[in-house]
This record gives sequence, structure tokens and C-alpha cells, in this order.
Amino acid sequence: MAKMIGAIEVDIETCKGCSLCVEACPTNVIALAEEVNGKGYNYAYMANPEACNGCTNCAQVCPDSCITVYRKKVEMA
Amino acid sequence: MAELLEDIKKPENLVHKKSSVLTDNVMHYCPGCSHGVVHKLIAEVIEEMGIQDKTVGVAPVGCSVFIYNYLDIDWQEAAHGRAPALGTAISRLRPDRFVFTYQGDGDLAAIGTAETIHACNRGENMVMIFINNGIYGMTGGQMAPTTLEGMKASTCPFGRDPKTDGNPLKMTEIVAQLPGTNFVTRQAVHTAAAVRRTKKAIRKAFEKQKEKTGTSFVEVVSTCNSGWKMNPVDSNKWMEENMFPFYPLGDIKDV
Repeated sequence: MAKMIGAIEVDIETCKGCSLCVEACPTNVIALAEEVNGKGYNYAYMANPEACNGCTNCAQVCPDSCITVYRKKVEMA
Repeated sequence: MAELLEDIKKPENLVHKKSSVLTDNVMHYCPGCSHGVVHKLIAEVIEEMGIQDKTVGVAPVGCSVFIYNYLDIDWQEAAHGRAPALGTAISRLRPDRFVFTYQGDGDLAAIGTAETIHACNRGENMVMIFINNGIYGMTGGQMAPTTLEGMKASTCPFGRDPKTDGNPLKMTEIVAQLPGTNFVTRQAVHTAAAVRRTKKAIRKAFEKQKEKTGTSFVEVVSTCNSGWKMNPVDSNKWMEENMFPFYPLGDIKDV
């Protein structure tokens, strides 16, 4: 059976930590980091990377266009 | 897991990246502002249609005044509310260009009401994008013409009272009645599905320009989390509960 796995890359310095992507993620992959970026915002990161299926919802709602999404089809045994 | 992640992050697996029409400047908007999403959608539509060198935008006065720093196309900056008048001039002088105005509710529905209505009534060949968040965000959250009844703003701290403050104005319904408009729609950007629908609407509005049959008007019901004194997630919920009953989403006119 094929399964989609995904990954996101967040531009940490552009992220303002608005947490709209956290809400938009259907598989609860994203969370805000404990650390802050250069401007003092808690940036978004992949807290639960196994669950990402690359649906791009987070990138759609990101106001600062700081999320890049990758998706790959893998064959599961 | 880390190796698997690196394995996925390859150019052939890329499904979404920042539009090349957007510049590298960091937007000055508050975290979670709807302006950023709409800027991104316009950039994506321009990129997909391949009209980056043929598009002229008209920037408004308000929070989105610096939009010319964020989209790498030709821009003109209009006086407050006069973007449709400037857009009229550009589309008449350069009919080969795609012209759009980007305005907030203080710009389009307050000081620029006359310009908006007359440009739509004449059916000038341009796209008008209207960001409606029901408040003056830039100047400190004052009441706007589109502020809802009972909604609090810094100039109506006990909520808007129609007896003293007048009633909220539905600009989109007004321009839909005018013969010059060919596509009038109201959208929002609070969820990923809504963002996709809004992108389709903006794309359709730009495509309509090719037919030269009139003005396309896209309202985006938006949040102003700083002005509303809420966090971005709560303001989206508040917008769904309070703004959508008064400003229902959907196409109002499509000819």
C-alpha cells in the first residue's frame, strides 16, 4: 500500500509565531518552539514529523509564506 | 527519522514554496494578519498566469500601503480612497496591462466610496480587491463603516449603536447591483479550504480582465487581531461566528 509522507521547512527568521498553521494542520504535526527567533517570536516547527502527509494546509494559511512543503509517495510493506 | 526527513526534502518532492513574485522583504503586518495571505494569493495568481511584467497594482492607504514592497510588479500609490480613480487612468491608458487595486475597508468603503461606486458603475476594466475587517487597523482600531452592530472599537467602546453611529455598509452588495461589474464575490481566508476558494476567485477576477467586460470585485472578509484585541486563532473563530452571518460568503454576481 502506498502512503504519502511529507515534511515542512519553516523559514525561522520570517515566522512570526501566529500559530495559524498549528490550527490548520489536520494531523497535529506543527507546534510552536520553546526557543525564539531573532525577533523574539516562538517559531513553528515539526513537533511530530511522523504524522505529516504533506497536505500543504499549513503553507496555505501562512500569512508570511515561510513554510515550504515536500511530499513523497512511499510503498509500505 | 531525521534521515527520512532529509530524504523527503528534495526538489523533486517539492509541493509548495513561496511564490517568486513575492519579494524577500519581511512583511510588517502583525502576526496572523489576513493581509499576508491575500498578498500571497495575488502573487501566486500572477505567477501562474505569467503576467508579472504586465501587471500594475494600485496600493491604498492603510495597513496595506506597503504592499508595493512585497509584490515584485509595477505599482502606483494612490491618495486615500482614490485607488479606483488611479486604476481607471492606468487601465484606460494602458489597456494591455492587468490592473488591480488593493484596498481596505477604511479606504474603499469610507473615504473612497464615491470613487469605488463610480468606477464600478462605469465598468472600468480592472480588478478590485477589498479587505474587509470591520475596523481601522493602522490608526488604532477606530470604527469603520463596515464595523458590525454591537462590535467594539476604540471610537465605540460600548459597541456600535446604529442609532448614533449608523449601520454597517455592505459595499459588495452595492456594487453587485451596478451594471459595470462582471464578477462580484465575497470570500475569506480563515481556513486552508477558504484560502483555496479565495485564490480561485482572484484567479477568475484576473481572467475576466481579458474579456474586457467590466470591473471584477473580490471582497475578502478578514481579521484584524490587534484591532480586535484577540489572538489570530480566536479572531478567526470570532469572524466565523459574527462576521459571516452579516457578510455571507459566496459569489454574488457572475456574468
